Amino acid sequence: MSAPAVAAAGVWKYFGDYPALRDVRFELQPGECLALLGRNGAGKTTLLRILGGLSGASKGAVEINGGDVRASETRAKIGWLGHSIGLYDELSARENLRTFGALYGVTTAMITEWLAKVNLSHVADSPVREYSRGMRQRLAVARSFLHEPKLLLLDEPFTSLDDKAIALLQGLLAEARAGGATIILSTHQIREAMELASKVALLDRGKLVHFGERTREMVEDPGYLYRTYGGAA
Amino acid sequence: MTTLRHAATIAAKDLRSEFRTKESINSTLSFSVVILLLFSFAFDPSPDMIAEFGGGLLWMVFAFAGALIVNRSFARELPNDCIDVLVSSPASGAALFLGKAVAAFVLLFGIECVCLPVFGVFYNITWWRSIGGLLGVLALGTWALACAGTFFSALTVNLRLRELMLPMLLYPMLIPALLSVMMLTNTLLTGQAIPDDFTVWLRLLIGFNVMFTTLSVYLAETVLVR
Repeated sequence: MSAPAVAAAGVWKYFGDYPALRDVRFELQPGECLALLGRNGAGKTTLLRILGGLSGASKGAVEINGGDVRASETRAKIGWLGHSIGLYDELSARENLRTFGALYGVTTAMITEWLAKVNLSHVADSPVREYSRGMRQRLAVARSFLHEPKLLLLDEPFTSLDDKAIALLQGLLAEARAGGATIILSTHQIREAMELASKVALLDRGKLVHFGERTREMVEDPGYLYRTYGGAA
Repeated sequence: MTTLRHAATIAAKDLRSEFRTKESINSTLSFSVVILLLFSFAFDPSPDMIAEFGGGLLWMVFAFAGALIVNRSFARELPNDCIDVLVSSPASGAALFLGKAVAAFVLLFGIECVCLPVFGVFYNITWWRSIGGLLGVLALGTWALACAGTFFSALTVNLRLRELMLPMLLYPMLIPALLSVMMLTNTLLTGQAIPDDFTVWLRLLIGFNVMFTTLSVYLAETVLVR
């Protein structure tokens, strides 16, 4: 049997004495999509940062496709979209994608293709600081999908997107999943997340209080998960 | 090879960003020229005085100017959390460090090359007599500043008082390199006969660069992933 796409084994993270994550354990198989839910401060971003190799676990271990998350070949397969867009305001969309593309070995043709996909071809050579919020977010999406990652880590990706951009992102995520990519997305927008998710995880004050298949009740009633498994404010 | 390719990408990006905004270039260049001008008016140094402290004066200006440049090295990545995207990319900590150090070196060396003739005019020095040696020493001193400065820039990037912390950490660490480069520059600027201890200072400077570059490349990953 092949290694799980993502494996977290007893992950703890302390900030000073405060445990932001407490013994988090789960496994995801390739092609699965996990909706990571929880109130503000539950530890969603901290967990995503550890899975993306941006931060180290205080205790426990994380493996991506059976490998170390900080190995260069592992990171080459991860797409990261955080709270912020992760783009340089003074550079154009094309220059931004070229810079990040060069780190992943992406060709110029793929950059042009992605600019068209996110409807930014007409402003590709203008500085990002001149873009509207939605345009910046679409470019950030292009940046994270550019190298066709096998694992997508998305931290509240639907925030500040309009309905068209949400549809675009959902389409891209569905396409990536169909291509075998594993997706973990943290969000407060339960309805959008449930449309994509195959698995659901709920964090409450750093503890994983639920991890399992997405059920019909979760799709029909956005409040069901919090009422059933806790995580209430 | 991949590390060097990634480092070149980072350096090119940093230089492109800097030439687009000119944030560091404008402030550093104007600071350096103004300080050189003020010192020349304040002291009105004689040729003997210049022979004694010309190199020290020049490197004091470059050291302060360097802090302005390296302060921006990693701080440039803070808006929009670009640092997260770089750290999550396949580029290693060593590649990120080297790319940023090279960009800081290019910017600082460029500014020094502009300041050198200005220094020559204000202080009445025929500095071009040993231009080859002088440029070599400048390059070695600038790498020491860029390398150590970039490392401490990474270390202090998330601190609220990073503009204060960076020079406090950097300058004590730079003492051996600054001492060497000041002595070497003094000799070359004034066209004095090469003294016996010239190679000792040169070896100290090269040793500092080799040691600090190795240490920074080795520790960059630990510093960037917390």
